[in-house]
Amino acid sequence: MTLSLAEVEHIADLARLALSDDEKTRFAGQLSAILDYARRLQAVDTTGIPPTSSVLPPQTILREDEPGACLSLEDVLGNAPQAEAGQFRVPPVLEG
Amino acid sequence: MPSPADLSLRETVEALRSGQISSRELVAACLERIDRLEPHLHAFITLTPERALAQADEADRRLSAWRREPSAPLPELLGVPIAVKDVLTLEGVRCTCGSRILENFVPPYSATTVERLLAAGVIVVGKTNMDEFAMGSSTENSAYGATHNPWDLERVPGGSSGGSAAAVAARLVPAALGSDTGGSIRQPASFCGVTGLKVTYGRNSRYGLVAYGSSLDSVGVFTRSAADAAVLFVLMAGYDPRDATSLDVPVPEVHLEREEYLHGLRVGVPREYFIPGMQAEVEAAVRGAIETLGSLGAVVREVSLPHTEYALPVYYLIAPAEASANLARYDGVRFGLRVPADDPVEMFRLTRGAGFGPEVKRRIMLGTYALSAGYYEAYYGQAQKVRTLIKRDFDEAFQQVDVIAAPVAPTTAFRLGEHSDDPLAMYLEDVFTLPANLAGVPGLAFPVGFDGQGLPIGMQLMGAPFAEATLLRMAHVYQQVTDWHRREPTLVKL
Repeated sequence: MTLSLAEVEHIADLARLALSDDEKTRFAGQLSAILDYARRLQAVDTTGIPPTSSVLPPQTILREDEPGACLSLEDVLGNAPQAEAGQFRVPPVLEG
Repeated sequence: MPSPADLSLRETVEALRSGQISSRELVAACLERIDRLEPHLHAFITLTPERALAQADEADRRLSAWRREPSAPLPELLGVPIAVKDVLTLEGVRCTCGSRILENFVPPYSATTVERLLAAGVIVVGKTNMDEFAMGSSTENSAYGATHNPWDLERVPGGSSGGSAAAVAARLVPAALGSDTGGSIRQPASFCGVTGLKVTYGRNSRYGLVAYGSSLDSVGVFTRSAADAAVLFVLMAGYDPRDATSLDVPVPEVHLEREEYLHGLRVGVPREYFIPGMQAEVEAAVRGAIETLGSLGAVVREVSLPHTEYALPVYYLIAPAEASANLARYDGVRFGLRVPADDPVEMFRLTRGAGFGPEVKRRIMLGTYALSAGYYEAYYGQAQKVRTLIKRDFDEAFQQVDVIAAPVAPTTAFRLGEHSDDPLAMYLEDVFTLPANLAGVPGLAFPVGFDGQGLPIGMQLMGAPFAEATLLRMAHVYQQVTDWHRREPTLVKL
């Protein structure tokens, strides 16, 4: 199978990745080769086999809801590209 | 004063306690060796000399007080220098994960595994180089340049924890931390001739480990011997309420000193791990080591892990799928790189396009595709079902044997640039290490020979969940009668 450039652009859009034209062409070829290789899984009979999303025994981890120490606002905002008034600053989401 | 290059982790502890060497002398000597060898190796991304020396002085004060009052408790590894893969956070020291997107990220907390070792007295001298976000098998995918193999500077150290493996192999530090999602501890340990432990999934906390494939990621160690790995294992392992996937399973004490014989331990040799096309010297060395285990009292028999050939496609769908979700957090909002734009979505796209390297983009794309509408069931869903079959293979094998012995990789260290243009060829290097991550079982890699070019060959022992002590004990007994793990690259003498 071969991924088209349009498909590569669609996936890149879903992943919020800006790609150069060169990257799009390269990934179309490389991802096609990897997906071709992965298609050998279709040959495995998995009728009645449950999926494994985790190797851990199925369990729900609960704890008491007790307030504890947490990071300071200064620590939390310390790595922010832009912060203002104790908040992360981002470009406008809604046009005013 | 002994040279730190000549001291194992346990000998370092002894030398510090007896006062043969002070922690400051030790740390200064390590930093001096790093200065001298780093131009050849590039094992580190960030060094922390001032912090390390200040901690060494503090350790020396406590050591002198302890010598006056030896009944007072002393942390097990007080004053011992180690290195930490740049995928684990250390409070106040930048954590790049080998990526430009985290070039200036300074974490406000330490990983639990790091914190536990700090509490035991270790001193971190630096953060080691790695494939970006732990995605790779050669450390060539680091945004900060490749690490070179101490045994042959034209070759890769393996990956993704190549910096940690090279640092221990070149005797820059007695131990280093790494992470293993698909072989990222065991394969570089094999390529660099050191001992590398990947623990059972859930054994070590992942808190503070930058996430790649969350159902596969584990934290482990590189050392010069199994005995040294056991020391760190016991200190790091155990339940952490901050990681919901860490398990509340008792951590055994591991006493190896009196172990000399493998009384009837059953070793399985999986026929699927000896494949056409693998380097003949690797097969010969691993089969030779298995014979040695037999002569030491182990009972060797063939076993089968019939779904082994599917581990590679399963892993390269599941890990990228998990990565595509985990790496969604790098959006330029809360931390890391931001490429400014007029609207948020454009900011996300440009930030991620500029901040991630080619392999990370490739895996995000692959994972996004495998999870996307119309392809989910055929790719991700089917991979999860075949993962169940791979796990069952191990469950069944461990009904028959205690340990599985196999090669770590089909070849010894390959040349820098050898697989640069062919991602699939690079993925094939992981064929023997991926199954343990998919099944969640522990693995221990250690050297069992050298090829004709003087490159180390590794073997891995895999065990049932939580059987790390059995693997460590078996490797320790092997290392009592062999000296592959004591060999040093000639670079050490530079």
